[in-house]
Parts: sequence; structure tokens; C-alpha cells
Amino acid sequence: MSKGQTPSQTVGPFFAYGLTPEQYGYAFRSLASADLRDPATEGQEIRIVGQIFDGAGAAIPDALVEIWQADPEGRYLQPGDTGNRGFTGFGRCGTGSGAENEFAFATYKPGAVGAGQAPHICVIVFMRGLLSHLYTRIYFADESAANAQDPVLGAVDPERRATLIAEAVEPGTYRFDIHMQGERETVFFDV
Amino acid sequence: MSFRARDWSSHPPLLYPDYKSTGLRGATRPLVPLPQGSTETTGPHYGAETLSPADADLTLNGRSSGEPLGERIIVTGRVTDEDDKPQAGMLIEIWQANAAGRYIHKADQHDAPLDPNFFGAGRCVTDAEGRYRFTSIKPGAYPWGNHDNAWRPAHIHLSLFGPSVATRLVTQMYFPGDPLLDLDPIFQATPAPARDRVVSTFDLATTEAGFALGYRFDIVLRGRDETPMERKP
Repeated sequence: MSKGQTPSQTVGPFFAYGLTPEQYGYAFRSLASADLRDPATEGQEIRIVGQIFDGAGAAIPDALVEIWQADPEGRYLQPGDTGNRGFTGFGRCGTGSGAENEFAFATYKPGAVGAGQAPHICVIVFMRGLLSHLYTRIYFADESAANAQDPVLGAVDPERRATLIAEAVEPGTYRFDIHMQGERETVFFDV
Repeated sequence: MSFRARDWSSHPPLLYPDYKSTGLRGATRPLVPLPQGSTETTGPHYGAETLSPADADLTLNGRSSGEPLGERIIVTGRVTDEDDKPQAGMLIEIWQANAAGRYIHKADQHDAPLDPNFFGAGRCVTDAEGRYRFTSIKPGAYPWGNHDNAWRPAHIHLSLFGPSVATRLVTQMYFPGDPLLDLDPIFQATPAPARDRVVSTFDLATTEAGFALGYRFDIVLRGRDETPMERKP
């Protein structure tokens, strides 16, 4: 017997006090934040900043960005893990509280999660006007040798690969803009 | 191990002209198939130990001087996958408008009163059988700017991860018999055969005499592939 999947519905414009309350100054405890760092984790600290642009080129002020990543040694947190519990690998940031509608994560550069795979971060995007969430990936411009071998990047139209690659804009800070539409429309995946 | 594909005959499309803000925000190019690897089959886990006692009772967690106004409701249901397997220990986050149709969100400018005793967000975790339950106030309908005299039907937003990032789901639960459902482009964007899956049912068995009306809302997440393909990572 197969039951039908519950349909997605848009996150709408008013998620902030429920999903990212502390970021927006609401008196409700956040389960996740945009700062994934943990005192017990060793690795290269990085910042990932970006904006999400609509089809008219405006930076979207009411989107929610979630990231999911491996730790610096390439391990994902698994249920029941006893090691490295401090770094969950999950972060959330709304685009409505920063300057210029930016999102900004403080985290570690992930390790490669398997042979042949380049370091990457899974990104999930939600917003008013988006009826079903979208998945994309962050790769890193300074991993060009690994990126060239990565099977997921390799399956993407070469002309669109650059939309998945975060550029270092200053030491330790990468920029990853997301374009919902247009010539530079970000590659979104059917996961 | 991997999860079955998102069933696009159940989920709304990315571009739906009647819902105007999809016009500049929905992706226009075909989604690129991504074979699931460990990145997609893992995900965050927030169990019952991460919650506070009042998180599942929205009639309690926003009080300042008394009880919130409105009809008390109890919402309960099961979270399963497509094979009806219960999804235990899964976080559900919810947020909603108050009884007057006003969100506490600073950007909500609807001219309806805030309730000093209602915050409108909460969360709970499913038990071993996949059941969840929270207590709240029935949200009111509210106007929005999509078209002339547009009103959102009463709804509660729900967010779930399920067992992995591939099973991530954000949805809305509606109430049975709401005349606004036929007029709402967000609800109508959902493929017709799947629409009733986002409408709760009134449930007398959940209703508590003298206290609150009960609604049932079951949630179905993507199932696991029965015949996992040999995949490159």
C-alpha cells in the first residue's frame, strides 16, 4: 500500500518568529541558528554570505535558507552519534534581519564525504512565492581539482556550474548568491 | 538506502500565475536530477530532549496576563512514510495567526488585534507510533494582497525534517469546510487529487468535552526505496 505524499505549501512571509525567532528578536528559543560553530570542533572556520535574487534582480527580504553539511572530517551527524555531537551540521538563516537582505552563516569548511566528491554543503531554500522548497549545493572555488572530479557537478551543464560555486571574497569568507530566475538562475536539484 | 522521489503529482508547481509572487520567485529551469548520497540521506535530528515543556501548548507558551482569546483546538495525527511506517522521534515546528487572523510577526500589517496572551509558534516531537499532538487556538482568516478581496483560509504552518534532508517538508494545514479554500490560489496550486491531504478533519474522539475541539491531520513523508539502486556517491 502506498499513501500519497503530503503536499508542500509555501513557508509564507511570517515564518521568522517560529523558525528563526532569536535571529529576528522574538522571545522564543531557536533550535538552530546561523552560527554552527562549536568549541569542541577543530577545523577551518569560514563564513558564507549571500543574497537571494528574484527574477527582477531584487534581493529577497523574506526567504529562509537552511544548510546541512559534514564536519571538517567529512562526517555527517547521525542519530545516536556519540562523537562530535557539538557540531550538528545544520544551520538556518532568514534574509530579513541583515543588511541588504543578506544571509550569513558561520561554520567550518566541510570535509569531503566520500572518494571523488568535492567538499559541499546542501542548501534548502524557502520563501513566500515558492510553493515547494528547492535544493541546491555550495561548492568552493578554491577546490578546483576536487570540483573537477565531483560527479554531481559533472552532471550539471558546464555553463551553469558556476552558479554552484562559492567564491572567496576575503580570507575565510565565501559568497554564494542564489538567483531564482534569469540568465544566472541557480541550478536547483530534484533530490 | 535512499528515499523515493518527490512526487510532483502531489506537490504544487514552482510557477502558478494565480499566486502572483511565484512569478518572480519560482525557478524556471528544469530541476537537475541528483542521485541521493550521504548528503541527502542524512539530516538534522531534534528529539524530545530539545523541547521545552510548554512548546506543544500554544495556549500556554505566549501568556502574559491570562488566557489567549479564541476557540481552543487540539491538533493530532500520525507522521508516516508512504508505506505507512510510523516516523518516530520527528520534530514538527508550527506557527500560525491568532484567532483574529493576525500574526505576531513584525511585518504583518493586517488591521486586526494582536493577542497579548498568544505568541503563535510551537513544536512537538512524534512518539514511537509517529503520533503528535499540540494544543492551540483556531487561527483566523486574514486578507492578503494577491488579488482584490483576497483572503487566506485559516491555516497552521507545519515544518518537518523527517529522517533526512530529502524528506524535508513545509506545509500548511487547513480546516474542513472552509469556503475560502475554493478561492485560495495557494491551496488551489496543489494538484487536485492531493488537495484533501492538507485539509484536517474534525475529530470528536480528539475533542475534549468542555475544553477544546479536536482536529486530525496525518502527514505522509517520502518513503524509502524498496530496491535501492547501486549508486555512485
